[in-house]
Parts: sequence; C-alpha cells; structure tokens
Amino acid sequence: MRAFLPAYEMETPRDLAVALSRIASEPGVWKPFAGGTDLMVLLEAGKLPHKKFLNIWNLAELRGIAVTAEYVTLGALTTYAEVQRHEVLAREFPLLCRAAAETGSVATQNRGTLGGNIANASPAADSPPALIVDSAEIEIVSAGGARWVPYASFHTGYKKMNLQAGELIRSIRVARRRGVWKQYFRKVGTRRAQAISKICFAAAGRVEAGRIAEVRIALGSVAPTVLRGVRVEELLRGQEPRGAIVSAAQDALGAEIAPIDDMRSTGRYRRNVARNLLAEFLEVLAS
Amino acid sequence: MPAERARKIRVSCVVNGAAVTCEAYPMARLLDVLREELKLTGTKEGCGEGECGACAIEIDGALVNSCLVPALQAQGANIRTIEGVACGGSLHAVQQAFIAHGGAQCGICTPGMILAAVNLLARHPQPNDAQIRAGLSGNLCRCTGYMRIFESVVAAVRHGETGA
Amino acid sequence: METRVIGRSVPRKEGREKVTGSARYVDDLSFPGMLHGVTVRSPAARGRIRAIHFADGIPWHEFVVVTAKDIPGKNCIALLIEDQPCLAAEFVNHPEEAVVLLAHHDKYLLEDARRAVRIEIEPLPAIFSIEDSLAGKEIIWGQDNIFKSFYVEKGDVERAWARAALVVEGSYETGAQEQLYIEPQGMIAQVNETDGVTVWGSLQCPHYVHKALMILFGLPRERIRVVQTETGGGFGGKEEYPSMIAAHAALLARKAGRPVKIIYDRAEDMVATTKRHPSRTRHRTAVTREGRLLAMDIDFTVDGGAYETLSPVVLSRGTIHAAGPYACPNVRICSRAVATNAPPHGAFRGFGAPQTVFALERHLDRVAEVVGIAPEELRRRNFIHEGQTLAVGQVVKEKVDMNGLMERAFKLGGYYAKRKKFAAENSAARGTVKRGIGFASFLHGAGFTGSGEEYLASEVAIEAMGDGTVHILAGSTEMGQGTNTIFAQIAAEALRLDCEQIRIVQPDTAYVPNSGPTVASRTAMIVGKLVETAAVRLLARLHESGCLQYGYNARDFTRACGSYVAKHGPLKSFVKYEHPHDLHWDDQKYSGDAYGAYAWAVYVAEVSVDTRTAEVRVEDFVAVQEVGKVINPVLAAGQIEGGVAQGIGFALYENVVWQEGRMVNAQMTNYVMPTSVDLPAIRVYFEEIPYGRGPAGAKGIGELPLDGTAPAVANAIAFATGVDVRQIPITAEVLLEMMESVHAC
Repeated sequence: MRAFLPAYEMETPRDLAVALSRIASEPGVWKPFAGGTDLMVLLEAGKLPHKKFLNIWNLAELRGIAVTAEYVTLGALTTYAEVQRHEVLAREFPLLCRAAAETGSVATQNRGTLGGNIANASPAADSPPALIVDSAEIEIVSAGGARWVPYASFHTGYKKMNLQAGELIRSIRVARRRGVWKQYFRKVGTRRAQAISKICFAAAGRVEAGRIAEVRIALGSVAPTVLRGVRVEELLRGQEPRGAIVSAAQDALGAEIAPIDDMRSTGRYRRNVARNLLAEFLEVLAS
Repeated sequence: MPAERARKIRVSCVVNGAAVTCEAYPMARLLDVLREELKLTGTKEGCGEGECGACAIEIDGALVNSCLVPALQAQGANIRTIEGVACGGSLHAVQQAFIAHGGAQCGICTPGMILAAVNLLARHPQPNDAQIRAGLSGNLCRCTGYMRIFESVVAAVRHGETGA
Repeated sequence: METRVIGRSVPRKEGREKVTGSARYVDDLSFPGMLHGVTVRSPAARGRIRAIHFADGIPWHEFVVVTAKDIPGKNCIALLIEDQPCLAAEFVNHPEEAVVLLAHHDKYLLEDARRAVRIEIEPLPAIFSIEDSLAGKEIIWGQDNIFKSFYVEKGDVERAWARAALVVEGSYETGAQEQLYIEPQGMIAQVNETDGVTVWGSLQCPHYVHKALMILFGLPRERIRVVQTETGGGFGGKEEYPSMIAAHAALLARKAGRPVKIIYDRAEDMVATTKRHPSRTRHRTAVTREGRLLAMDIDFTVDGGAYETLSPVVLSRGTIHAAGPYACPNVRICSRAVATNAPPHGAFRGFGAPQTVFALERHLDRVAEVVGIAPEELRRRNFIHEGQTLAVGQVVKEKVDMNGLMERAFKLGGYYAKRKKFAAENSAARGTVKRGIGFASFLHGAGFTGSGEEYLASEVAIEAMGDGTVHILAGSTEMGQGTNTIFAQIAAEALRLDCEQIRIVQPDTAYVPNSGPTVASRTAMIVGKLVETAAVRLLARLHESGCLQYGYNARDFTRACGSYVAKHGPLKSFVKYEHPHDLHWDDQKYSGDAYGAYAWAVYVAEVSVDTRTAEVRVEDFVAVQEVGKVINPVLAAGQIEGGVAQGIGFALYENVVWQEGRMVNAQMTNYVMPTSVDLPAIRVYFEEIPYGRGPAGAKGIGELPLDGTAPAVANAIAFATGVDVRQIPITAEVLLEMMESVHAC
C-alpha cells in the first residue's frame, strides 16, 4: 500500500444535482468515484493525484437500463454484471456482453461500471471497442445542462477526453440494429481470465448479396485510445469478404494502428495478431 | 509532507448478521476495517490490487474484493465474510467439502475461495464445470492447481445444500 | 504391507481452521504496543551510499530509525556463508537492497515516511546477464563473479566424439520465476531482557532464522526464539528470505523496546525477495546410429544475483539432475553459479532441477529427431535400470521401470493415437488451431545431496502426555503440503492410534528440535522416518515399563501413558538421523550416492496452439510417478496437481520483465499465474515400490512435478508447431514469430 489513506476525503451527494454542483464548485478537485475497481488500484499504488472523491455509487439517476424501439440506454453506473444479465443486451449486443464477461472476474464485474471504465480511459479496456462498434453515444451532464457526444470522438488522446471539469457521464446509448449483423469479439491476453488485454478486437458487419454492406471495426491496446479502423472499413465496404481484399485490408489495418512495446507485449505481436484477427473476422462474414 | 487528515467517519452496517458501527477514515479499505476495527481476520490481503480474490466478501449478496472498497461505501451494507459462512457451529457444505476433498492446502486463499464458491452456488445451484471455473476465476490459488477446489464444489452440490 | 492409517486420505489436521478463517497467519496477530515497520531500499543496482536524507515534514522524532550501525553482532544474514549484509552499509549491490528501517505505530504515516527517505548513491557500473558476468565485464563478487562451480565426470567424454555416428548440440534457457505464495512475507519481533529476541512469522525453516539471528545479534542459542505462524505457501520462497525480514523486525524491536511487525505488500515482495535462478544450459550429445547415448557433455550456468545465498546448492541439484534417468557411459557436466546485480535468486521448488531437466528433455526430443526415431524410442533405448550408474556414479539400487511408467502415461494420455491424429490434422491445409502432444521422463532425488543429511543431523522428539495425547515435536513446517497430517498418520500408524490422538506442536525453536529445513522433498521421507522411529521407540518404552500390554487399544494406551507419567515422569522419545552406511558420497569428485532415493516419473502434456495469436492452451495433462508409498492420497495428488500448475506457469505465463536488475512487472496483474480457467484436468497416478528407509516406504514428492511439466509442455508445442522451443517461458510474442519463420521455410 503506497498511499497516505487518511488524507483522502470522500463525500456522498444525496442526488445528481448536488453531485454536479459539488464538482462545479471546485473544478478538478472532486473526482467522481463509482465502483472503485480502477481508482482504488491506482490509489493503493500511490498513483492517484486527487485527494477528494465524490461517492456517486448510490446515485439512482445514473443507474438503470432503459429499452425503447430505437435505443438501449444504460446508466453510467451499470455494472458489467448487470450488462450480462440484461435480456435485450444479451440478444442484440453480444459484443458488449462479451466485453463485460471478459473484464476482470466476478468480483470486478459486480463493482466495475461502464461509466467508470470510459472515464478511466485505459487504451487496454475491453468495453470501448464494443461501444465503438455499437455506435455508442455518451450523455454528459453538468450543472449547466446535458449534451450528447458520439463515443467514437469522445477520447481525444491518451487519457484525454471530451469531458470538462464539472461534468459527469450520465448514460451510454446504443442504437438497436436493423438487419442481420454478424458479430465478432476477441480479446487476447496472457491468460484466459482476469487478463489485461494485449489486443482487443471488436467488429460487426452486414452482408448483402455476398458483399459487405456495412462494417464497423474497433480495437483496443493498439493506440493511445480505443481505435476505430476507419480506413479498413472504407476499404471493405462493398467488397466480398474473401480473396485479395483480405490481405489488402490487413495491410490497411497494419498502417492504421500504432501498437507499442510495453511490459505486457510487443508492437510487433500486436500488429501481427491484429491482422490475423481481421482475417478471422472476415471469415465470419464470409461464412 | 504528510497531508492533513480527513475526519474519521462512523460506518454502520451489518456484518455476518450483526449490526456494527465503527470509526474509519472514509477511504480506508474495507479489508482493513474488517480486519483491524472489527477483528475479523479471516479475510486476507494477497495483492492489494483486486487480482487474487483472497479478500473476497459479499456485499448485499454480491461478491466483491474488499481491498478495493472504501469504508464510506460500506455504509448501510449487508456484509458477509468467511466468519459468517458457517451456521453457528455447523460448517457450510462447501467448507465440509473443502476439508474432505483437499480444497485447502496452505489455506490463505481459502476464505475468499469459499466465499466465491458459496456465492456461485447461490446464483447457480447446479453449476456445470465451465460455470464453476468461471465463478472462481477471480480467486487465485498457488497450491492446489484448482482440481480439488472444483471437486469440493461439486461435492458440496451433491450434498444438496447450496445456499444456507 | 497392510497399513491402517497410512494410505488413507485422512482429512487435513488444520483443515477446520483454514476453512473457517480462524487459522492465524502472521498478519492476523497483534501485540500490545506493537509498531509497524517498513524497509527503505536502494534505488540503484550498484554503488556507494553517499548519504541518507530525511525530508522535512515528517515528525522523525516519533520514528524508530535503524541502519547498519545499529547491528549489535555481525551485519550479515548468515546462510552458507556470510556475504549478504542485513542492511547495506557502504555499498549496495542490487536494486531494492535494504538500507534503512523505520517503525511507527501509524502504518499510514509510516508509508509516507518511507517515501520521505532518500538514499543518495554514487553509481558503479553494474552487470545483469550471465554473459556479462562470465566475461568479467565488472567484477562484482569475489575474484571472478563465480559463487561456485562443479565438475562431474563419468567415463571419458572426449573419446566418444570420434566414435559417434551423430553429434547433436543445443542451448536452452529458463527465466526467473516468482514463487507467488498468496500470503506475502512478514514477521513480528520482540526483543527484551527476559527472553532475548523472539520472532513470529511466515517461514519454512525456523532453525535457519534462528542461526541467522544468533550471528546478527551476537547472542547465544537460548536467547533467540523463532516461532512459525500459519504459513500461506512457501515453495522455497520462504526458505532463506524470512531470515532477512526477521532480522529487520528484530533490529527495530530492539531499538524501539516494543514489538514490531513488518508485512510486505505484494509489490515489495515481488521486487525484493528471491526468485528461481535464471539458467543457461548447453548440451552436446553423441549417439549411435540407433540412438544409444554415447556421451553427454553438459554446461550449466545459473544466475545467482548479487550474493551467494543458496546458489551453490541450487547449482548442485541442477548439476546432479542434468543427465536424467538415462544410462550413458560418458558424461561430463561443468556448471557454475555466477553473480549479477539483481536481488539474490533463491530456493524455488525443484531448486535447479527444473532448469536442467527442461534443457535435457527438450534436447533429447531433438536428438531423436536427428537420429530419425520417435522421442519415446530414444528414451526407451537409454532408460536406466537397476544396477546401472547415473551420471554422478550412483548405482541405482532400487527397482525402476521407466519404460513401464512411460507406457502407462502414454496409455492414460492417449499418446500414440493423438500423435497420429494431430500430425494428420496439423498438416491439413486449413485449420487455425494446431495440436500437439509431448512428454518428459525424469527423476528427482529426495533429501539433501550426498552427505547433506548427515551434516544436518536432524532430530525429532515425540512425547506422550499423561492424558494419552501424543505430541510430535519437529522443526518441519506445515505450509499447505500436509506435513502436520502425514506426521500424525505416521505416528498413528506406528502407535496403532487414530490421528485425532496425535498433536503436532507448532514449530517453535524453544520447544522443538532441529529437524532440518522443510525443503528438498525431505519432509516425508527423512523426517517422517524419524517420526516413525521415535514413535516405535516410545511404544517400546511403554511396553518395557510394563504399563502397556500387547494387543492394546486406544483406551489402554491412554491409561498406560497416565500411569507411566505418574510413576516415571515425562514419556519422551528422541531420535537423531543416522546416515545409511551404504551411501557414500565424494564431495571433491562430486560423485557417488547423491540421494538415498529417487522418485521416477513420466508426464504427458497435450496442447492446442492458436496459430493466429500463438496462444497456447494445455488441454490435458497426465502425471505418472513412482513414489515409494502414498501416505495420504488426497494430499499427495494435491502436491502433484499444484506442482503441475506451477510448472505450466513456468512454461507459458510467468515472465519476469527485468530492467537494470529490477522486476518491473511487480503486480499480480502483470506477473501472470494460471487461474481456474487456464488449466486442464490434471490427472495424477501413483505407483509404489516401497523404499526401505522411508516411513512405510515413502519417498519425497514435493518438487518432482516442477521438473517434468515445462519440458512436456514445450515438447508438445514443438510437435504442434514445428517450432524448436529453446527457452521458457514460451511467450506468445516469441512463439508467434518463431511459428512464422517455420511457416516461411
């Protein structure tokens, strides 16, 4: 334990309005604290600069999963366990459910939240690629109002995001798909459970008359933020998912990602595996 | 250099069926509150980073790693630790099975492992092999290779009591 | 021989305490007035300590501060030699070397204070690899960086090369491995006038700690007391290192005049304590055209880190096991342990043998390939038999049927059918998953090498109390492997009682004799035999006294103890180890009877390799071993299963990432051991050819599984992918690249 715990303060606001006014009152000072599965690890390692935490774990306004004809909207405090238990998510958003099931373990999944995961902005997180593929939008609230941001543009750099001081993530919304989509999710870690991913690949595609009508591809752990493979998608649209396009798409992906060497893996491995997983996804589309 | 201290707070919760109140720094780890304030040393620290599960307890029926829960968030919680698994003097079926089938060797992972197993059986009374493995995947054991832990869980299920 | 209690899966003695959470590990204990202690460590790998700065803002007057100047006796942690300082005084020789100790009642403030101490070091050039050490790039230890070397010679290796039809060479490497016991290391110490120095803690060898403290404090034997608390795993990691923490806690306690508790957090434990010695082994093997071994020339080096600690003994075991269970007329083994500026490496289950057995078993698969025969055929043509000599010249005096073990393991593992099936499937054009099956055949000597057991002169006492309970007093420790339970079974068997009537006295140097360390797979075989002998002698005394008739039952025994004690006083039996007269070992030539007995084994691993990601999954594992006698089937199987799990980690997952002598992935998130979903069913089978000198015929088994698991997995991967595996851990990063080169050819 590498932190002077007595110096840390935590307050519990009685509702969202109070929480928002608290963080607006001292911008940058109050850090919202949900399930703690990221923040407590950083804190115990002595790597958390904040000293004041706002306990938002009990805020009802940030919980709950609402289903309409067009969207499924998840409160920011939706835990990974809750994601996996939800019938509509399990049926229509398998990537998000897979990501939730492969994040940490049972105990982590009971406390880890989607909002917390997004705000922690680790490039190795597993939900972000799924959220990109699912065209998620993030609802951000402050004392002054609310705004929606496409998740794909939420992260602007390593640990930098479109979230100002005084703002909180309130919910995450994903659009229910029309048509038949084939889905693919693969997380590669050192071991099968409780592993930080070396690379994470999420993708979905709709094939019409043998050609790729729509496709979305996103990867984790290959860039300073979660990465949408925009150029690969462009290349693949309208193509048959087989033949020469496969290696062309692999080359495009290889050029688009920027994986590094770190203590978990190497840039070379990540790049090669990214290419291989893309090939595997295309096989799924072709099947 | 040491910063000013926060004021200690009073945390009231239910632990193993009994109402308790104690004083703690708001960000003190629930693990330390249980061990040092409440003298419930059955819950162990193995890693302090939520990886090994030795500190696993139940909060409101959900399995959590107590090394990652700040004391303030335990306010009003219904907590079960290893000390609350046996009923009076009678061991839970899972505990009995661990003894009979070699589920515990050095014993340091055992409290967390038993909580995880008991929690698993509450959610899946008849778990298959994959569910047992997945349910315990957050609890690391260095001694057993997990074989006899699985066997113990299967034996506990066969025994018929899965919840208590 | 029919046994009543031995051979049964008697439940673990301390099982109830462990499943209820009432077992007391060191961090569960608290003493009145106790302070917490922490260690301030060197940031540099090597250098001269210029100054120690205590920053402003901490109420230093409230703290107990200890440096090397506070050491009353000799500033060393005595082990084989006395080269390792307890606290660095003028020079540091590895990152994280202990320099300053602090104690305070507030553990939070203490942590802040630790970060407020700055150790200013004038750096000296450091070395971090075996190559640099051997090249003498810097001399950091002794005259030439070499802690110890061995030279073993059997026959005449040089003459064999000319006659050989084929010569195969190869070089193999193993990395460091962290023991990763789930309970981090810790100690509590108390120093006062009445009792002297007392320490309680997580440890394997109370008498090692005792000796180290005697020398550190300059105190006589009776003024030091070491008590083992319930220990949450050791695996060798708590063989020698606890002496260091005990010393630190005791120095603080002495200066504070109050008890002091030091508990490492996981990061500190990983970065500062011992690991398995990294190794490099070179083989040069001459064979006939039919694959019979003519000569084995083996060169073996281990990286010992900055101080000698146990490196000579690790080197010894690795050396003796380097040529395996094979009959080869000409063998030469040159080995050495070298110094680098890393925290000293130390004991880890297997203790040198996992390193050399990996090299040997990988190498022999390659030799078979060159000869053009199946790997099992090569083994079959060279397995050693009773009457033949091992590499160190020991004549095998026990029945051994390695081929029988191998065939049984193959049958259980479906080896032949899977080999055919996988070969066919793998070569089929499409298919992203390749499958493989591989094996390792090996042996592991139990007990201390050569004259080691004689030197240890282990002792055990048994006392029957007036109420009929029988106390076993031994320095052997329980750390999960089942010491308490099997000792109870051995005594119960000899005394014709139930285990419930036997109590194991918690190892405490004030009360129990020195039974030697709990290491080297010696506890069941050597110490267990002493327990048996002591029990037999105690029973004889009872009979001779007339208090107990033959054909007695438990009630008779209890009554007899009562009357004996009332009439004659304590009923205690005391046994000291006697070295068998027919075991001869030459320390100079390093040859002779290395071990009293060997366990023999063949392990079979089945793997699948995803060619897209190079992820390896062990799908099935069969472990067959001949162990003399299984004292407790559940506990014995548990030892093999747990050992195989550690061996799979050693082969695939456990990678220590080094940066200038420091482990940088010192978190359980980044140093990866297998979880419950990473392991297959580990299927364990025993054979029993009783060893005359073991209790009920038992031999040692604790370390055995660490020897054969990694090479079996490596051989399976080689089969699956065609990759010539030469080092472990086999990370996906390395494997993917190697698979691509194979594919390219």
